[in-house]
Amino acid sequence: MATARKAVVDSRANLPFVYRQYSPEQLRGVLHKMYLIRRFEEGAEECYMRGLIHGTMHLSIGQEASAMGICMPLAEDDQITSTHRGHGHCIAKGAEVSRMFAEFFGKTTGYCKGRGGSMHIADVAKGNLGANGIVAGGIPIAVGAALSSKMMKTGKVVVSFFGDGANNEGAFHEALNMAAIWKLPVIFVCENNGYGMSTSTARSTAVKNIAERAAAYSMPGVVVNGNIFSEVAEASFKAVERARAGEGPTLIESKTYRHRGHSKSDRNRYRTKEEIEDWMANRDPITLFENELRDFGFIDDHGIEAIRDAVAKEIADGIEFAKASPAPEIATLENYVYTEHA
Amino acid sequence: MDAAVRELTYAQAIQEAMAIAMDMDERVFLMGEDIGVYGGAFQVTGDLVERYGADRVIDTPISELGGAGVAVGAAVTGMRPIFEFQFSDFATLAMEQIVNQAAKMRFMLGGEVSVPVVMRFPAGSGTGAAAQHSQSLEAWLGHVPGLKVIQPATPHDAKGMLLAAVADPDPVMIFEHKLLYKMKGHVPEGHYTVPIGKAEIRREGCDLTIVATSIMVQKALDAAATLEGEGIDIEVVDLRTIRPIDRQTVIDSVKKTSRLLCVYEAVKTLGIGAEVSALVAESEAFDYLDAPIVRLGGAETPIPYNPDLEKATVPQVPDIIAAARDLVKGVR
Ligand SMILES: Cc1ncc(C[n+]2csc(CCOP(=O)(O)OP(=O)(O)O)c2C)c(N)n1
Ligand SMILES: [Mg+2]
Repeated sequence: MATARKAVVDSRANLPFVYRQYSPEQLRGVLHKMYLIRRFEEGAEECYMRGLIHGTMHLSIGQEASAMGICMPLAEDDQITSTHRGHGHCIAKGAEVSRMFAEFFGKTTGYCKGRGGSMHIADVAKGNLGANGIVAGGIPIAVGAALSSKMMKTGKVVVSFFGDGANNEGAFHEALNMAAIWKLPVIFVCENNGYGMSTSTARSTAVKNIAERAAAYSMPGVVVNGNIFSEVAEASFKAVERARAGEGPTLIESKTYRHRGHSKSDRNRYRTKEEIEDWMANRDPITLFENELRDFGFIDDHGIEAIRDAVAKEIADGIEFAKASPAPEIATLENYVYTEHA
Repeated sequence: MDAAVRELTYAQAIQEAMAIAMDMDERVFLMGEDIGVYGGAFQVTGDLVERYGADRVIDTPISELGGAGVAVGAAVTGMRPIFEFQFSDFATLAMEQIVNQAAKMRFMLGGEVSVPVVMRFPAGSGTGAAAQHSQSLEAWLGHVPGLKVIQPATPHDAKGMLLAAVADPDPVMIFEHKLLYKMKGHVPEGHYTVPIGKAEIRREGCDLTIVATSIMVQKALDAAATLEGEGIDIEVVDLRTIRPIDRQTVIDSVKKTSRLLCVYEAVKTLGIGAEVSALVAESEAFDYLDAPIVRLGGAETPIPYNPDLEKATVPQVPDIIAAARDLVKGVR
């Protein structure tokens, strides 16, 4: 018995970072959540098509390893700011899909009581300070949260997610500079999916890798393959250690791809079908992680089936919960604009 | 097809105006986010990039402050940019260049330069896009001397006012309600202008004046049509320009009807309704009033995501009908 366990540990010694750092159970949990993100977004998309959800939404299908990898080393009370493409971040930070669906259905049981919808999805109790309708809007807010952490000595680390498009907003540059001069415990995570809406990074951005921008603010800039969970988690782990040690911020560029259009009104005229199909067929982050887990003996087909079934049930239950939840009363229209007084 | 009744959508009318402006003047060019191959978030620029090339239909990075500033700089030095904000809400990122630079440059330099820039702002609620993509911020810019601010309410005016804006030597801000983009209406072919600074009486009546802006013009007309059946005769004034405001048309209308209702989508307080009410109260029309002036505007809240709450936030046709009826029947 003892020898067998030692053999497992030894065999893990040559495996990528996460397989040495986390237990098999934790890693199976990661696969579970990646599926949860994927199926949540597929479910939301279907509800949208059926007219159950209105407005628009930005799906992160294809980017699940990035959200999960970055959040892996975070503690429950660490904080994040997210983007318009924020469903994955929200689930990765611990949100329940039932309350997310409820928000999308505009119900009072939703995370924002039906006021925010997809673009403002949040879970403040779990440290998610919210998605954002403004490109780069969350970046300075994350720096402010990191300043609180430092001033209040809470030890919290803050992650700011944003897209490649956001790196050309002034807010990005101003925020990175302040985080650097004050050595704040914040991690800037650029999820570079190649395009800001229709505009490729080659057309929008003067540097080849957005991580190169880190040099201008004297912080480490790291490029990772955002579709490989272990690579992302390793980079995040190091950045979190650095932040907790008071050494200041890191910029991580997570290279990934969105399978779906920018939003519900995208006709994909700026990229080819072949490009999309190539990413879907050959670099799908869930497939890559699932294959690794199987190859390294962390899960078998039976285990994968069990995860898929459990996720399917969670999604179906979540949608039911949302449907059955009450809508806000019109009389409450002006609630939450200001803090209520007792 | 009879040219006199040619119909275009509001979005097509704007696109046609931009094409005509580019045909007439090689200094005219377009800048904005995803206005090229994507065709603009609301398909207003459409295929213009194919017709005029990427040098005249320029996709900018997501950089509103810088982009607006580049447009201002180009305008001051001889070009005629038309800058599209993807949503009017993102004007907030560019306020510095709009308010401190574009609006004041001519004044600060003692008239040595002018700033012939046009900026377009897709505005308003009703699309389920929640608090940061649904605002009506026109009165913010209407408060700034040096800017001209317009809100065309029909496809006809969208084209004619855009062409007037391009010809104007000063910065013109155009607020386009997103729900109007698909509205169809008669649009003449070729070049014509609709003057900036002139309101238009959309419907004549003698019992009540409704001064409305943008999408509220159509809602006011719908309300007026319903009330006609009750024997209430409403005059609808489409303000069209909020800076400089056409005082005389409003004053003359109120002198005729003796009652005033202002209808606009933006948050009610400190808005266009306050300005219109005050200009009437300060004028000779005050003596003609038979009832208090009433404003119908947006609720004192950001735009909520939930569709029923969203609708309840801004004036709807039944709200206008009820307010107009009360005013005329003396309930107020
Ligand atoms: C300040 C601002 N400008 C423009 C937009 C419209 N918009 C929303 S998302 C988006 C593209 C963002 O690209 P990126 O940052 O790469 O994120 P991605 O959508 O690829 O995840 C644009 C232009 C916005 N929401 N906010
Ligand atoms: Mg992107």
